[in-house]
Amino acid sequence: MTTAGLPRWVLVPALAGVLLIGVPVAGTLLRVPWAELPALLTSAASLDALWLSLRTSAAATLLVVVLGVPLALLLAWTDLPGARVVRTVVLLPLVLPPVVSGLALLTTFGRRGLLGRQLEVLGIDIAFTTTAVVLAQAFVALPFLVLSVEGAARTAGRRHEVVAATLGAGPTTVLRRVTLPLLAPALASGTALAFARCLGEFGATLTFAGSLQGVTRTLPLEIYLQRETDPDAAIALSLLLIVLAAALVIATQGRGRRRAGAR
Amino acid sequence: MSRRRALAALAVLTLGACGTGGGAAPAPTDELTVLAAASLREVFEDLGEQFTAQHPGTEVTFSFAGSADLVAQLDAGAPADVLATADETTMARAVADGTVTGEPQVFAENALTLVVPAGNPAGVTGLDDAGLAGADLVVCAPQVPCGAAAQTLAGNLGLALTPVSEENSVTDVLGKVTSGQAEAGLVYSTDAVVAGDAVEVVPVAGTEEVVNRYPVAVTSDADDETLAQAWLDLVLGPEGRDALTAAGFGTP
Repeated sequence: MTTAGLPRWVLVPALAGVLLIGVPVAGTLLRVPWAELPALLTSAASLDALWLSLRTSAAATLLVVVLGVPLALLLAWTDLPGARVVRTVVLLPLVLPPVVSGLALLTTFGRRGLLGRQLEVLGIDIAFTTTAVVLAQAFVALPFLVLSVEGAARTAGRRHEVVAATLGAGPTTVLRRVTLPLLAPALASGTALAFARCLGEFGATLTFAGSLQGVTRTLPLEIYLQRETDPDAAIALSLLLIVLAAALVIATQGRGRRRAGAR
Repeated sequence: MSRRRALAALAVLTLGACGTGGGAAPAPTDELTVLAAASLREVFEDLGEQFTAQHPGTEVTFSFAGSADLVAQLDAGAPADVLATADETTMARAVADGTVTGEPQVFAENALTLVVPAGNPAGVTGLDDAGLAGADLVVCAPQVPCGAAAQTLAGNLGLALTPVSEENSVTDVLGKVTSGQAEAGLVYSTDAVVAGDAVEVVPVAGTEEVVNRYPVAVTSDADDETLAQAWLDLVLGPEGRDALTAAGFGTP
């Protein structure tokens, strides 16, 4: 194995970094009660939580793509006034503790919140509903997609779009036929990351949406609750989330490597 | 203590240095570490000041969390001298784990209470259908002590509660009520005291019969059992009883 010209000692911190993440994950796997795994994963509460997580994450990811792609392209290609502020605000959920995100949502969409009160007058009450879960997930996952697509759009530049426009294609056609196919790999990996983030969303959901089986209790909330009385079930569900997350990350990496290899 | 030293040694090894660890000797003060249920925070911090006054040179460190968390932490080797939980079931688990010694002693009781946001926006008058009048009720999940108590209460009253959310901790329930997100919530009487003007208590007959009893015990790993026992004596004594009563607890 070569270190590509890097000093050999870099291997030590690099390995320590891998161990820092790898050992706890491996530790979880060692605690998995394999014999009871099928029973634990197919209990009604587990299945409800899994199904709810998949549904809400899919809905939130769709929302994230619809809102995030235009935002990313504007940030990458235009001199949007206050772009720096916009970018900071949009990326904020990446670094905020989830409970802060939850409080932010609560003070906005909550019953006594800024918008919540208006919505309630209109007869829309999202307190303790699945909609609240989707909102919380979209809130925390949006930056992942925006970062991914904006970076790719910046790197790709506008060459192809300019050519297409001179050939007579309208802006929407260019966006649909040139830009989106060009950015497809970044869009796909950004979408996968956003979906993974939605699946893992915990703090904002707990603070903002509540926890009720089949309505707002997603997989991470179910794990948190099971841990109180049945640590084995919590570990089994954790394994499920680890596997799902790993599959999503592998999917994004595989695409990246193929693209790099093609160049 | 040995675990802390092991951690320090691990950190030293990881950094690639070649010392033997343990170079920096701990300050020569006595340290008492108390793991306590989250609902005991105010009372115990108050009693902690009295304790340091009575035992000069002693430092009291607290870790407040859900009772089940504390028992799990203790089982995983968290260094502590005293454990105080919010119910006898979780304490029994610590006894079974062998992480506490001696007979746990009950020092406080906490009754369930129905609270509503200030102004009672949904006009809640009780816990039955008519009393709730369609209000969004939030309770603890049956898996945690406050949820088990809520189920007992519902059973006693012959009611089937249909909450809009089953939270993991009583503080989460209280937060949902104080923020106005929920229109009613079942919490402990101490939580109603903590929340002050942010909530109103709706009297429900039968709640006073559903109480959680708080036991306290010295851990098997206690560095100084006499000091740990002194904490128990303070909590069970008149000073402890005064502080507990002021915070809304009942005392046995």
